[in-house]
Amino acid sequence: MTNKKLKNRWIAMYVENQVGVLAKVSGLFSGKSYNLQSLTVGTTEQEDVSRMTISVLSDDLTFEQIKKQLNSMVEVIKVMDLTDVPIHMKEILYAKIKGVKGEEKQEVFRIAETFRVRICDIGEDSVLIESALTERKNNELLSLLKKQFRHLEVVRGGSVAIESISTSCR
Amino acid sequence: MDITGRKLIVKALQEEGVDTIFGYPGGMVTDIVDELYKQEDKFRLILPRHEQALVHEAEGYARQSGKVGVCLVTSGPGATNTITGIADAHYDSIPLVIITGQVSQGLIGNDAFQEVDIVGMTRSIVKYGVTVNDRKDLGRILKMAFYIARSGKPGPVLVDIPKDIQKANGPSEYPQTVNIRGYKPNTSVHIGQLKRAFKLLRSAKRPLILAGGGIHISRAEKELTAFAEKMQIPVVTTVMGKGAIPEDHPLYIGNSGMHGRYAANIAEMECDLLFSIGTRFNDRITGDLNEFAPKAKIVHVDIDTASISRNVVVDVPVVSDAKLALTNLLEWAEPLETGEWREQISAWEAEHPLDMKKTKGVSPQNIMTSIAKVFGDATYVTDVGQHQMWASQFIPLNGKSRMITSGGLGTMGFGFPAAIGAKAAIRDAGEDRPVVCITGDGGMQMNMQEMATAVCNELPVTVCLINNKFLGMVRQQQQYFYGKRYELVCLNKRPDCPPNCKGPSEACPPYVLDFTKWAGSYGVDAIRIEKEEEILPALEQAAQAQKDGRSMVLEFMVATDEVVLPMVKGGMANSDMILK
Repeated sequence: MTNKKLKNRWIAMYVENQVGVLAKVSGLFSGKSYNLQSLTVGTTEQEDVSRMTISVLSDDLTFEQIKKQLNSMVEVIKVMDLTDVPIHMKEILYAKIKGVKGEEKQEVFRIAETFRVRICDIGEDSVLIESALTERKNNELLSLLKKQFRHLEVVRGGSVAIESISTSCR
Repeated sequence: MDITGRKLIVKALQEEGVDTIFGYPGGMVTDIVDELYKQEDKFRLILPRHEQALVHEAEGYARQSGKVGVCLVTSGPGATNTITGIADAHYDSIPLVIITGQVSQGLIGNDAFQEVDIVGMTRSIVKYGVTVNDRKDLGRILKMAFYIARSGKPGPVLVDIPKDIQKANGPSEYPQTVNIRGYKPNTSVHIGQLKRAFKLLRSAKRPLILAGGGIHISRAEKELTAFAEKMQIPVVTTVMGKGAIPEDHPLYIGNSGMHGRYAANIAEMECDLLFSIGTRFNDRITGDLNEFAPKAKIVHVDIDTASISRNVVVDVPVVSDAKLALTNLLEWAEPLETGEWREQISAWEAEHPLDMKKTKGVSPQNIMTSIAKVFGDATYVTDVGQHQMWASQFIPLNGKSRMITSGGLGTMGFGFPAAIGAKAAIRDAGEDRPVVCITGDGGMQMNMQEMATAVCNELPVTVCLINNKFLGMVRQQQQYFYGKRYELVCLNKRPDCPPNCKGPSEACPPYVLDFTKWAGSYGVDAIRIEKEEEILPALEQAAQAQKDGRSMVLEFMVATDEVVLPMVKGGMANSDMILK
């Protein structure tokens, strides 16, 4: 029996490094009303091949269909389902916390230390955090920062993932 | 030695065995057109009167011949006009290569004259679409285009070629082979899966074959018929699959789906095994998905992995070309005990036969059966609407006859140009089969300019125009489901008509246009048929005219209130048919 429950799923995909491929892939998600959560793309060790890491929220049936539709694209070389396999996955996040002085600034440092993220820049009344954690951890970090500080500027890169070599956990 | 892009394009067309090109010129393809001028003896060049019709003509050509239909249009409006045709080809899996001119690379992005991003616009309706950005890639891309269009599940491929690439010098070679790492169409069949499917079939008590358009695409009609015969399994078809087995065959029940035969739809509801092949379970076929073949295990054979378990979750999927799967199955086939089941189906047929119960007068049923009687083994090309369903219900396909129709997209305006394209294919094959275009007064007016194409290119077709003065299929929906509020469906409506008109009366203004005068202006004979006894003589005259190389228009005046039945309301179960 297939599962109708919505669940976050991950795909890694090799595509031709050509004009229009990103538009074609993202167009599939909008055109067919698939729920795209995040999509990152960059070149690989082979310069004419790009690799995408895609996260979607879907049930089993739709996810199967998404994989088939991606596979049937001429520009798509290989689709890999990373949903239930051991992977390393990180997302880059920058958070600039503004208008912080004294004790507040110290609080930013404490949070950074707790989450093991780097303070990569600092000014008189602002601090820049650079975080490369999982998407979920970044969400947690962000929600904490939002609770404590009013002036935030955040930019996130979307996740990239690669299969593990020896570890069996995610 | 290097040659120009335009020379290589024409060379590619020759190497691909293209004999007919449907082309409409414009600034950004004049170079290619100029090159074709020098090779005029190598191709038949057909100049349509509108680019949408051009694509439908190429579709008709491709469907009739099984070859790739080739379109050549200019940039901007030339390209955008093709979009409806491309979408139509996409939904019905028709192999086309559409070459669009594009402004020179230096102008792309400048909103130059007649510049549009046609590759972007068509991304979701082509099998593959690409702009040639480098002259040295031109040969490889054209080779890919033809290969992708015709292999696997066929479809339209668009190649956008900037003008400077057409003029630039580059390699003269046209590649003989093609290797695309992201595209490996399935050319084999998983025997294990097929065995599982066969095992299910063998243990079934009430098996049923559902055959779709894939049977025609893979030219597997003979294999399907042989398989059904050897196994003694009754067959229903989709609209696109009509003719997959001769309709006079005792195992054939009829079309299923929204306007399907009663017995066919009930058999689908009651079967315990549905062996479906070459269909994507379109909503017009399944009705309410929860109620589709509720008692059956389902086997699904399709060349397209993405078509399997998309709409209907199946028990045994088999990814394969229809012909290949059937050829393998035939080796194991053995007769099943289906006598009782077939008797049951016959009883359902007797209960509600397909019959409009109005065999007198100029009734749609009478027209269709008369057309079939006179034209026999013809190619029947329909437009979209009531006449399309009447044709699919009452024109039996036996022998070599076939039907070409816009099944997936349901494109009004498809019929007439597609008929012209089919005739072009028949002529190129050196055959003499008649082509009958069955159309409505609405659909005909969407591409009637193509009469010039038929006349000037000496591609005679017989147009059977079913005139009920209304956009009948929508009118029928309004009649049953919208309280007879006939809005925007009367093709005769004028500003001084009474408000909320409920249908035609004596006071109606004369119908415009006069189709007979219109045809006459092209030098084409036309007859308006208003009495039953005029039907057969008119058809015979038109059949003779086509033999003599002349088109004819037959305008059949039918009653406005004729409806297509049975009918399943959109989204309802197929057992829930309106029968009268």
